[in-house]
Amino acid sequence: MAPNWLVMRSNQIPVSFRLHQRVPKMLLLLGSLILVVLVLSVSYGEYPVPPLDVVWTVLGLETGNPDYAFIVNTLRLPRVLVALLVGMALAIAGTITQGILRNPLAAPDIIGINAGAALAAVTLIIALPGVSVSILPIAAFVGGFTVFTLIYLLAWNRGSSPLRLVLVGIGFSLMTGAITNILVTFGDIYDVSQALVWLAGSVYGRSWDEVGALLPWLGAGIPAAMLMARDLNALSLGDDLARGIGSPVEWRRGLLLVISVALAGAAVATAGTVGFVGFIAPHIARRLVGPTHEGLLPTAALTGGLLVVLADLVGRTLFAPIELPCGLVTSALGAPYFLYLLIQRRQ
Amino acid sequence: MPQPTPDRSHARLEAQRLTLGYDREIVVRELNLVIPTGKITVLVGPNGCGKSTLLKGLGRLLQPRSGAVYLDGRAIAQQSTKAIARQLGLLPQSPTAPEGLTVRELVAQGRYPYQTWLQQWSKADEAAVERALRMTGMKEGDAGDASLENRPLDSLSGGQRQRAWIAMTLAQETDILLLDEPTTFLDLAHQVEVLDLLIDLNQTGCTIVMVLHDLNQACRYADYLVALREGHVFAQGIPNEVMTEAMVREVFGLESRIVRDPITGTPLCLPISRWYEGHHRVAEGF
Repeated sequence: MAPNWLVMRSNQIPVSFRLHQRVPKMLLLLGSLILVVLVLSVSYGEYPVPPLDVVWTVLGLETGNPDYAFIVNTLRLPRVLVALLVGMALAIAGTITQGILRNPLAAPDIIGINAGAALAAVTLIIALPGVSVSILPIAAFVGGFTVFTLIYLLAWNRGSSPLRLVLVGIGFSLMTGAITNILVTFGDIYDVSQALVWLAGSVYGRSWDEVGALLPWLGAGIPAAMLMARDLNALSLGDDLARGIGSPVEWRRGLLLVISVALAGAAVATAGTVGFVGFIAPHIARRLVGPTHEGLLPTAALTGGLLVVLADLVGRTLFAPIELPCGLVTSALGAPYFLYLLIQRRQ
Repeated sequence: MPQPTPDRSHARLEAQRLTLGYDREIVVRELNLVIPTGKITVLVGPNGCGKSTLLKGLGRLLQPRSGAVYLDGRAIAQQSTKAIARQLGLLPQSPTAPEGLTVRELVAQGRYPYQTWLQQWSKADEAAVERALRMTGMKEGDAGDASLENRPLDSLSGGQRQRAWIAMTLAQETDILLLDEPTTFLDLAHQVEVLDLLIDLNQTGCTIVMVLHDLNQACRYADYLVALREGHVFAQGIPNEVMTEAMVREVFGLESRIVRDPITGTPLCLPISRWYEGHHRVAEGF
């Protein structure tokens, strides 16, 4: 028995799992970091709440200040929770696409899924300004799925090849981006400014409604992705080998892509395009726990959550009282990292 | 190496009127082939003759245009890919693994066809992985974390890496193994290392079908040699029968001399190039 694998196995019922030892350690570490940053983020603001009082308030204990409950539970907590959930969803979506497309650069932001979601939402804001904002998430969602379906159909040629999917995806990403730009250029100035805020990716003013809207997607998407971790492992060896060891490649890949688009779409619908999280989080997680997906998926999820919560906190503190959207912060970090990886891979 | 004609009456893997192709191009046409059980079969032929395509067809990586591949009398296209993976393992040409994947993690993936959502690492899985690692020499040294099994695949030499891939297919515990040019990009010593490992496997009862580029290696290691030309079987049988000057001329378009390999007694093909033909004439002129 290798000393570095944790094995859970029952002698009575046919249940067994294995995990690299470092995975639970990393999850514990990331989890504690997230808790610390969450508390700091809720405590920080125009009306500061001491970190300890944040904890007491969240736990429903008496702090002696009647305002805290409203500030913490109604104003700030849902916002940071949305940031956490959005980060987790984007990270899982990115881990899946990078795994099945066998390309560490292939995150949903890069292959056009997020761009499709954004285009649909911007079209709605600018072309139909009268329409209620509440259907924005649905539009974003439909947009993401439409682009994904088009990519898959166009890339399909007697089977889906990962390279073709990436290339067609980048093409679609550029095209939808261009159309979004046209809309922004020619749209009514008031509608455009509203669209731009959304495009930059922000968790500003998000409430418990958004938390509630996101939770079911993560509740279904993350376990589904975890159940398919072995298929992701198989697919990352290449189609021929995946088939060779018995994975029904086409429909497993299709199913995984649907999970990825669902998670990315839900995230974009809630917070706009928070760039590069789906791309960076899996990278960091791979450095932490290696490339097997049983450990990679949960680690990437927590990394992504931590990234967006941190980005939101940095965005609020950096030029306070002016607030930077967290999407700007993640992009400012992610774009140079993307270039660095491109250059590194060329050498 | 004695080479009796293999018994073909109990064949498990068989192609019947098999037609394979990509897009509009047909590569293998109406091909019949019976793979002798428990033997090493080597497919040879010039580039583009369809030997790799045929291997893909035998391993259900390519859907037949017509005809079928039969495993134990049942068409493989009609069986679940997972069920087949428990009987037939395959290794494509130059496979790639994600960066940082360790040998042990790779080999464990060979257990995919035996696992379910709840049963992901049974005692049988563990035993099979241990056996595969030991057989391929990936446990040698046994210096804890420093032994080969715990090293990332990308830190190994070409020969070690190929052994790791073979270990993965071994963990599948199949008694048929298909390999597409398992020695490409390896230096000579590593080529022999990998081919000898395949002989070891064959000794344990595993049927092996592989594509090899080197005709002399093919003759040395094959119990059964299949020469392909333009998607047809041109000749098949024991190497001594198949490997003739006429076959090399017809299949490869090359003049050659066939002599006996001084080490194994198998046929050894010495190609005659234009350049040597010229010299020969000059020599005669003297």
